Amino acid sequence: MTITATGLRKSFGDHLVLDGITLDVPRGTVFSLLGANGAGKTTTVRILSTLLAADAGTVRVAGHDLVREPDAVRAAIGVTGQFSAVDRLLTGFENLMLMADLHHLRRADGRRRAAELLDRFGLTDAAGKPVSTYSGGMLRRIDLAMTLVGSPQVIFLDEPTTGLDPRSRRDMWRIVRDLVAGGVTVLLTTQYLAEADELADRIAVLDGGRIVAEGSPEELKRRIPGGHVRLRFADPRGRDAASGVLEESFAESDPLALRVPSDGSLPALRALIGRLDDHHVDVDELSVHTPDLDDVFLALTHGKAHTR
Amino acid sequence: MTTMSLAARDSSTMLRRNLKRMIRYPSMTVVLIGMPVVFLLLFVYVFGGTMGAGLGGGRGDYIDYVTPAILLMTVMSAVQGTAISVAMDMTEGIITRFRTMHIARVSVLTGHVLGSMIQAALAVVAVLAVALLVGFRPDAGPLGWLAFAGFLAAVTFAFVWLCVGIGLASGSVETASNAPMPLILLPFLGSGFAPTDSMPAAVRWFAEYQPFTPIIETLRGLLMDRPLGNDPWIALAWCAVVALTGYLWSKRRFTRS
Repeated sequence: MTITATGLRKSFGDHLVLDGITLDVPRGTVFSLLGANGAGKTTTVRILSTLLAADAGTVRVAGHDLVREPDAVRAAIGVTGQFSAVDRLLTGFENLMLMADLHHLRRADGRRRAAELLDRFGLTDAAGKPVSTYSGGMLRRIDLAMTLVGSPQVIFLDEPTTGLDPRSRRDMWRIVRDLVAGGVTVLLTTQYLAEADELADRIAVLDGGRIVAEGSPEELKRRIPGGHVRLRFADPRGRDAASGVLEESFAESDPLALRVPSDGSLPALRALIGRLDDHHVDVDELSVHTPDLDDVFLALTHGKAHTR
Repeated sequence: MTTMSLAARDSSTMLRRNLKRMIRYPSMTVVLIGMPVVFLLLFVYVFGGTMGAGLGGGRGDYIDYVTPAILLMTVMSAVQGTAISVAMDMTEGIITRFRTMHIARVSVLTGHVLGSMIQAALAVVAVLAVALLVGFRPDAGPLGWLAFAGFLAAVTFAFVWLCVGIGLASGSVETASNAPMPLILLPFLGSGFAPTDSMPAAVRWFAEYQPFTPIIETLRGLLMDRPLGNDPWIALAWCAVVALTGYLWSKRRFTRS
């Protein structure tokens, strides 16, 4: 295991942020922490990357104890956070050289590494421009390039694509896949199910500071019904009748609508419609929705988390 | 690599970073040098005649009297810049990155300290050049100049560390730019611009015991080649206290937050 965390707890004042997080990440894999804002993703990353001390729990990263050997952990990791960790007054090349110097690379090696990373991230043309002139996607790329200068074994990516346009997001996904192909271990946080699905070997769903589910994307999808069916009725009577028949259904913000977990397959739809017909419930509208993060939370937290 | 050589190497990397930032953001350096120059010209050409007469001479005598205070003000202006740039730096994401890296942590701060000392030295040279241009006539020999440079470096070192602490503690760039204001004003409440024996008793008492008076008297003595008495030792003792307080405070703030 490259990252092992056991029973991590953290409170800020009387606000409990992490309530016993345990996770194991094998070498050379991508582990994704999936959760909404405030679920505890960033706090977990801050603890694992030595920025924040946990109140309780033990962590080993790359074979080193986080509390006893923080410098050994720091030597093994690279962190790219939500907010760009770059020097805006320096150029892209100078930012990379700053990292090379701090990793004590020889001057020539540093230059070679910087040039190689600029090329790999498509930033060679912008190398001489101050980073303050970079676009959002370029900023994330130079940020990640800086993380890679020291060839870390473990990389923490905290919401690496939040706020990026679809194209830049796809670029970032490609970069992460290349990294893992090179043997690096990645811990990635995201609020997008699609991103976790795309990149992760294992996903932990984080909610209210606890891991409510963990598994491979396939395992989770099996546990989470593949999306939901939304039913809308002509009047409240129809809705009430339907919610009596369909015990697995949830209320929607629309008082005339119901949400029914379902994989959206033909047999499932046929069965659903059959049950409604059997009880003579009239449906005004029916629509099938593919899974999103809301469905994951609904299914895994039995609606408790769905208070938004 | 030993801890010490690691710290030295990382500090020199951070120093290079800070010097680059100063070059990219020159307006701060210009303001820091400009303010003491404006004060110098104001005191020489507006107040100089009257003040010189008060000293029993003329404008020329007052230039010689006030220049050491203006040079100290230059250093204080430069260290005010330190507080601002440290506070600015703390709002940047790159500091978070440094904290996750295996580097000598204190190098982030020593980079600022060394950068500010270089900036202050350049500012002092620039202000001194203006002073010579408007009629400052020091009597110091080569040894006196050397002692002057070393003493001013010690003063700068001490107050730079204090301002690193202010920059770390202030939490915003606005606070960091206002908090060091007393450092600019204190030379006025000492022997910087007028002899203390011309002041009312309470002010005189404060002026004679505050740290800037022995510092200014030492600078004046060295530049004008006059006997120094105890002033250098009192001044250096103050500097040691300020430096140590500033260093410990900064280190604690930086490792905690």
